Amino acid sequence: MEGAEARATRELIRRATPQRPVVFNGLRAFLVGGVICGVGQIFLRLYRGQGLPLREAATATSGTMILIGALLTGLGVYDRIGRQGGMGAFLPITGFANAIVSPAMEFKREGFILGVGARMFTVAGPVIVYATAVSVAVGAILWLLGRAG
Amino acid sequence: MSTVSRALEARTRRMGKQTLRFRLTPAVVAAAAVVGPKEGQGPLGEYFDIIKQDDLLGEKSWERAESRMMAEACRVALRKAGAALGDVDYLIAGDLLNQITSSSFVARELKLPFLGLFGACSTLAEGMAVGAMMLDAGYARAVLVAVSSHHCTAERQYRYPTEFATQPPPTAQWTVTAAGAILMATKGDGPAVTLATVGRIVDAGIKDPLNLGAAMAPAAAATIRQHFEDTGRRPDDYDLIVTGDLANVGKEIAAELLSREGMELEDRLFDCGSSIYDPSQGVEAGASGCGCSAAVFTGYLMHGLLTGRYRRLLLTCTGALFSPTTYQQGETIPGIAHAIALETQDAPGQ
Repeated sequence: MEGAEARATRELIRRATPQRPVVFNGLRAFLVGGVICGVGQIFLRLYRGQGLPLREAATATSGTMILIGALLTGLGVYDRIGRQGGMGAFLPITGFANAIVSPAMEFKREGFILGVGARMFTVAGPVIVYATAVSVAVGAILWLLGRAG
Repeated sequence: MSTVSRALEARTRRMGKQTLRFRLTPAVVAAAAVVGPKEGQGPLGEYFDIIKQDDLLGEKSWERAESRMMAEACRVALRKAGAALGDVDYLIAGDLLNQITSSSFVARELKLPFLGLFGACSTLAEGMAVGAMMLDAGYARAVLVAVSSHHCTAERQYRYPTEFATQPPPTAQWTVTAAGAILMATKGDGPAVTLATVGRIVDAGIKDPLNLGAAMAPAAAATIRQHFEDTGRRPDDYDLIVTGDLANVGKEIAAELLSREGMELEDRLFDCGSSIYDPSQGVEAGASGCGCSAAVFTGYLMHGLLTGRYRRLLLTCTGALFSPTTYQQGETIPGIAHAIALETQDAPGQ
């Protein structure tokens, strides 16, 4: 499509296309993300109460939250939490577990090598790649600043 | 128009630029819909022949489940017509998966001469047009047209793993888990296929694969407009102008585009994608997929034609002809729509 008619059509489409309800979604993300972090906090306190030092307790909490995220993904519940929570469900470590477990489950039917092995990181891969790259860059900047200072 | 082209027009059964007129008016002898649980729970649930209780159908993969639904729809359609596989000359089928394997696996099972089609969600109308051409030209006495889609096969191919937690935008559409089959024949009772308007690609410049209704709406409007221009018919010649899977966003755009051309369809415009689910079923803008128009047509609309509720329908199936590769490379989404006119024996004459 070209010309005035195409412009009019594009304008109509733009007008008729509903936008994401950003404020409502933000609120939902805040609540869902908050609940997930609250659960994490409970576990952290629990491990601390058992006498684990903060560092170990934090590691144990992460492990527990990954387990919960993976379990809820396997039970077919976490995608529903994600539908509601959006980034509030994706950003915590439970979301990272979901991003790894969901493709592993999905592509298991293509076998353990070409399915699970090759496609497990289709969703989480970019996160890992760019998180690693950024951490290296930030490390280099800090090192340079340290030398300069 | 020159004398030559006028003479050709009379001989070649064409009307205007894009419309075919079938003289032998092939009949839809039987139609069958096999749907998944979510579709069965929707407002049109009572019209479907078989409602599966489980998306996987006890199979080991979603893909196998989809194929099985299509094969079952074919068998139910044959049974309803009192026909056997041996009575069918060709299977014309398509689906949404890479290399349309759902369809070819059904063809492998049914052992029928097979023509595979890819028209994305427009495949039902495309198949009916091709089938009607074959019947009208005398190359076949009976053809089976079958299409299918499955929420989970489409999700994993076009988007994310099914269990991945994402929040769809309000324009997103839920791919229907359903298969539909239609037995068309030159002899037999049933609504007649009288006209087919083969659509052109219309690309509205949409790049968002989660806004397919908007990508397909201009194509639907173009084909419907062309149908009226070619045939001289008017919207009120039809009880219903049906669109395949524009869903709520696309339907509004198509209605507005047609209204700008002076065609007020209002309640006459019916979209399968806006009708198969209840808004409470959590499907954002509505439904999509080959199975959407297939299930709604073979179940609900065929029921309306057979009970006399509708005497003349224009079935316009809409397709978004993109792949994950093309949208990831930033290409726009080409839309297409094909229209089929269906009429009962007592439809008012032209």
